[in-house]
Amino acid sequence: MSNLNFFIILLIIAAIVFFIGQKKAYSYSMFNGGAKLHSLPNYYGYLTTLWTFLPAFGVFVIWSFFESNVSSMLTISQFSELQQLSVDELSLALNEIKILAVTNSSSVSINNQAAAVYSEYLNHSFNLKILVSVLLALLGFFYTYLRIKPTMQARNSVEKLIVYVLFTCALIAIFTTVGIIFSVLFESIEFFSQVSITEFFFGTHWSPQIAIREDQVGGSGSFGAVPLFWGTIFISFIAMIIAAPLGLIAAIFLSEYATSQVRAIIKPILEILAGIPTVVYGFFAALTVGPLVRDFGYYLREIGINLDIEILANLTVSTESVLAVGLVMGMMIVPFILSLSDDVILSVPNAMRDGSIALGATKSETVWRVIVPAALPGIVGGFLLAISRAIGETMIVLMAAGVAANLTANPMNVVTTITTQIVTLLTGDQEFDSVKTLAAFALGLGLFVTTLILNIIALHVVKKYREQYE
Amino acid sequence: MNNIEIVQKGLKKRYAKERRFKAYGVFSIIISLSFLAFLLFDIALKAAPAFTQTYIKLDIDFSHKVLRINEKSSYTKDELFELPYHKLPSKSLYQLFPGIENRKQKKALRKLVSSGVRYNLRNMVIKNSKLIGTSKSIWVLADDDIDSLVKGLIDRNIPEADRRVKDFQIAWIDKLQLENRVESRFNINFFTSGDSREPEQAGILGALKGSLYTMLITLLLSFPIGVAAAVYLEEFAHKNNWLVDMIEVNINNLAAVPSIVFGILGLAVYINLFGVPRSAPLAGGLVLGLMTLPIIIITTRAAIKSVPPSIREAALGLGASKMQVIIHHVLPLSMPGILTGSIIGMAQALGETAPLLMIGMVAFVADIPQGFFDPSTVLPVQIYIWSDSPERSFIALTSAAIIMLLVFLFLMNLLAIILRKKFETRW
Repeated sequence: MSNLNFFIILLIIAAIVFFIGQKKAYSYSMFNGGAKLHSLPNYYGYLTTLWTFLPAFGVFVIWSFFESNVSSMLTISQFSELQQLSVDELSLALNEIKILAVTNSSSVSINNQAAAVYSEYLNHSFNLKILVSVLLALLGFFYTYLRIKPTMQARNSVEKLIVYVLFTCALIAIFTTVGIIFSVLFESIEFFSQVSITEFFFGTHWSPQIAIREDQVGGSGSFGAVPLFWGTIFISFIAMIIAAPLGLIAAIFLSEYATSQVRAIIKPILEILAGIPTVVYGFFAALTVGPLVRDFGYYLREIGINLDIEILANLTVSTESVLAVGLVMGMMIVPFILSLSDDVILSVPNAMRDGSIALGATKSETVWRVIVPAALPGIVGGFLLAISRAIGETMIVLMAAGVAANLTANPMNVVTTITTQIVTLLTGDQEFDSVKTLAAFALGLGLFVTTLILNIIALHVVKKYREQYE
Repeated sequence: MNNIEIVQKGLKKRYAKERRFKAYGVFSIIISLSFLAFLLFDIALKAAPAFTQTYIKLDIDFSHKVLRINEKSSYTKDELFELPYHKLPSKSLYQLFPGIENRKQKKALRKLVSSGVRYNLRNMVIKNSKLIGTSKSIWVLADDDIDSLVKGLIDRNIPEADRRVKDFQIAWIDKLQLENRVESRFNINFFTSGDSREPEQAGILGALKGSLYTMLITLLLSFPIGVAAAVYLEEFAHKNNWLVDMIEVNINNLAAVPSIVFGILGLAVYINLFGVPRSAPLAGGLVLGLMTLPIIIITTRAAIKSVPPSIREAALGLGASKMQVIIHHVLPLSMPGILTGSIIGMAQALGETAPLLMIGMVAFVADIPQGFFDPSTVLPVQIYIWSDSPERSFIALTSAAIIMLLVFLFLMNLLAIILRKKFETRW
């Protein structure tokens, strides 16, 4: 019996007890001289179902989440050989044990014995889990079934239970945030105990290679994250330079100038741009825009050599240029800014427009002197959200920007970003507690905090602005 | 000069400014539209070669001698499995071009056809063991470089050393073409096979199935929880309660958290803490489910808000409880809006790549996943993997996979639009 089968059986039981509960309620109303039920008979059925299903299911899910971890801990406690291993080796050994537990090969290594113990624990855990769930289901069933009588307020109880379930679902948003913070915080603290905070935030050299041998030259790894911060800011800056004017002016045009027919056609088409997955933009940036920008760079260099302009003649040109990435990212953000600005511009009251036109202003004067100032907080909020998106964007930079950490102001050169480094550090070989992977978590924490601050400011600004005109 | 004259004087300038501004607006729209057109056109152009494949007709001799098997009336499957099938296409090619002794040229000759041909032949023989001892003309898959050559993607004029196909290979293919032994067919492999290191054998079925399983988990997680949370926040939550305020802030913020952060969460919590299998659709679906949750909550709340109070009041007036009003009236009436929002959220999850890289869905998986626990990949990650491959032919495959992804997204959005149009109620 697998977890899925048990879940289905639980569902079937829950469906059956509905009819049992309902029948008991019916029996009161029909045969006992037609005693008046407090609620409709169905509610007695629902109540039985909920009490049978919810506790059993809750325990089943929570147990399933923790059983593999508890089993491996118990396994480790049985084998002194495993306890002597370092953290890295232990995680490797555990992986092997888990694989062996499934494949059931027969050798006599320690890992194999451990695997046998491990799968035994898993088995016990599974049986115990089912037993406890079934017991809870029975308990819940009898608890309600025995209480069913005409005066029982079944509907109120059902509704109260449902509200609790709904509330639990709403709490998941908080759990997610807590989960994010927990998953980056501990590793980051561990990281900063090995690498000083000042080196991380102010160091200008990033090369996360770790020594394989003790005496390796230059293998100590250095974690100065300034080049990553710079790369992220540089690319986002170029993206915003492109997206902000394009998106804002397009939004103004669509809401103030375009006829409703034109708007009805153009807006959905531009929303297609917003729906294209970022991996597609990344591919486009890497294979089409990157080479185009590189050729343009070579052309500039040639001009520089011919006309003897030193800056251009010594231009470093790369296929993975900041300009190409920023350009494509900018185009990705245009529809985002467009729809956010469009919303706020449309919510500026018409009285302000009419007033300005009546005073003799042209439409563009109305836009720049009345509408945009009035909508400014909302527009700025939209820009902040767009910046936070550009900073957190991963696929475009991963595919089209490089991994070389450069501190350069040349838009034709390669830089690397926070998100690129997180992916490269975490998708390589997995030794979970090496400084390299810890660095990725520290970067993740930085990314989360930065975007959190930007988002909260932006959402606050937009909310304040909306209240102003509502 | 009176005021009117001053105004008249500036008028021309102001009108010019007005026209200029309007032109900027048109210009920025045109730029955005042409970027979109350029992107789609570029990808379609790159994808075109991937939809056909080159086949070469070979006369395959399934004789006992070549297959090194004794004549028998029937064979077991195990016997047939181990035969030297790789010799069949090579032998046929040697016969077509006799007199090649040079080892290097022989190897080049063998490489005209795909290395996967032997498996196709094996499957043919296992299916019909009567083939053994006979000889048959069979169309077999060409190697990806030969495929590119036939499609005209390789320039014959560049020097031989810079080219993936050698001069003698070109001569052979030209001869085969004259003998009508080369044919271009619709690339059915692309839709029926999993990933492969050989571009001519690689397909997206594995990724499609992985996406399907992942999306199922995402939907099962995010839809019920999202709708439930939205109902609570919209109907039952007390205003000015710190916990409710906190939930609201969290939801709005989570909608804007970079997707890669969810990937880190998945890695640290699901995989390392709870032991969910790495690379499995279960892990991917759980991560994407959390990501889609805020979108579904926000759109569901908007849909619930748009149900007019008169409906609620009428139901309450007839004696329904608050929960009955919600379940019997508010939710059914807001369902089109909820479904539209959910489809849009799911479309976003379908195109998401970065968080799935974190939980190991980027591994090379040749097998087609059969369930929620098998290692698998999803369509956008497959695109990422292929775009990283050095072989040129993968560019076409990547573009074709992108087109498939865009088609799915387009269909989902179309469904959302139709739902909205069909069930839209104006109160």
